[in-house]
Amino acid sequence: MADKHQMSVSVWRGAAAGSFQSFDVKMEENQTVLDVVAWIQQHADPTLSYRYACRVGMCGSCAMMVNGTPRWTCRTHVKKVLVDGHMEIAPLRNLPVIKDLATDMDPFFDKWVAAEGLHHPTQTRHDPIEAIDPASAGRVEVNAGIECINCSVCYAACDTVAGNPDYLGPAALQRAWSVYNDSKDAGKQAILDAVSGVGGCHNCHSQGSCAVHCPNELNPMNAIAGLKRETARNFFRRRAR
Amino acid sequence: MTFRLYMVQRISALIMAPLVLMHIAVMIYAIQGGLSAEEILGRTQGSVLWFLFYGTFVVAVSIHAAIGLRTVLSEWAGLRGTALNAAAWAVLALLLILGMQAVYGVTAT
Amino acid sequence: MIRGYRTHTLWVAFLLHRISGVALALFLPLHFWVLSYALTAPETLDGLLLWTDLGIVKFSEFGLVFLLSVHMFGGLRLMALEWLPWTSGQKTAAASAVAASTLVAGVFFLRAI
Repeated sequence: MADKHQMSVSVWRGAAAGSFQSFDVKMEENQTVLDVVAWIQQHADPTLSYRYACRVGMCGSCAMMVNGTPRWTCRTHVKKVLVDGHMEIAPLRNLPVIKDLATDMDPFFDKWVAAEGLHHPTQTRHDPIEAIDPASAGRVEVNAGIECINCSVCYAACDTVAGNPDYLGPAALQRAWSVYNDSKDAGKQAILDAVSGVGGCHNCHSQGSCAVHCPNELNPMNAIAGLKRETARNFFRRRAR
Repeated sequence: MTFRLYMVQRISALIMAPLVLMHIAVMIYAIQGGLSAEEILGRTQGSVLWFLFYGTFVVAVSIHAAIGLRTVLSEWAGLRGTALNAAAWAVLALLLILGMQAVYGVTAT
Repeated sequence: MIRGYRTHTLWVAFLLHRISGVALALFLPLHFWVLSYALTAPETLDGLLLWTDLGIVKFSEFGLVFLLSVHMFGGLRLMALEWLPWTSGQKTAAASAVAASTLVAGVFFLRAI
């Protein structure tokens, strides 16, 4: 674009069927992709739908496809993604589009539950709080995945999810692995069974797109490898008995 | 892919790894001075060891290829359910029949 | 098809593993069919083996050995990632698998010509 103070932004409009609409947006010195989307909604077209909450990279609600790559838009600087004064913003991949940039996150969260990525208590509220050694092997594994903000960037980046709608996906499996390594969790066998089905961890082809794109630099691929290792070990243990 | 298919795929792969290395080594050895039916048959005909080697190889590769193609057909061609399993069984049957014919062809006397 | 989010080493390693696997699976029936002539009609097998003297066929053989070798090394890399406790250095491992395969196929090629 000739004008250095303007950028052209293509924004997805509609649901599954729809098209890109172009907007001219003023360039600012400090500007995130979410700022651009907000500016369009406030100044160009108030009917634009999108989702955000915290604006500081904690809540995980503003992820979108920016130039075909899933990103947390509130922490993505425009200058990082602009190509020749242009960028394309689309709803997250691998999820049903509700309208414009807002996707239906239900399948994503339903799979957390399906993967048994929930707490299975060993004690009641009347028991004293159990001390956890921060250096213990299980806790170290949990630490590696605990900063997940549920933004679904890994889910959108994963081609195995794209090819297999049953696949639980990187985030849910990483949570299952974290819970599995929690010494206060009573559902270890339930987790291994949940991640061994048709949509389980064994579908993963270790493409590593989840780890490349995770905004918090987590590595769900390693967590999934952990689940594969434990399910295999469990298989031989069961047979030996 | 379920856990069972995953394990069968990995175990067949582990069985094949040394067989593949051996296969490549034999190839590099055998192609020196050109290939002839006589040379191949002279090595393999009537040999129980070569029969076991190639027999195991054919069974493992048929299973491995059937599961692998099943995954590809599911992810890239959208095949599901009965059609997917039927395709995988068909691949397995085809490779086993052709493969065993070949093993018989080069090792029987 | 190669969109932004796919341009990284492990995704390419996946694609190479998948393409080599499919190609090998498609080649196998032909391979078996040719060899099944050994007993019934050795002269037919010899006729087919004569093709291997052609340069273009030799080059395809280099390709086949490379596919076989890269599928094996790539698969071993995958199983190491999945089952061994160490998981770092995957890019190096993926590159090594390709390098080793090129070497194996190269040795084959040099012997063949």
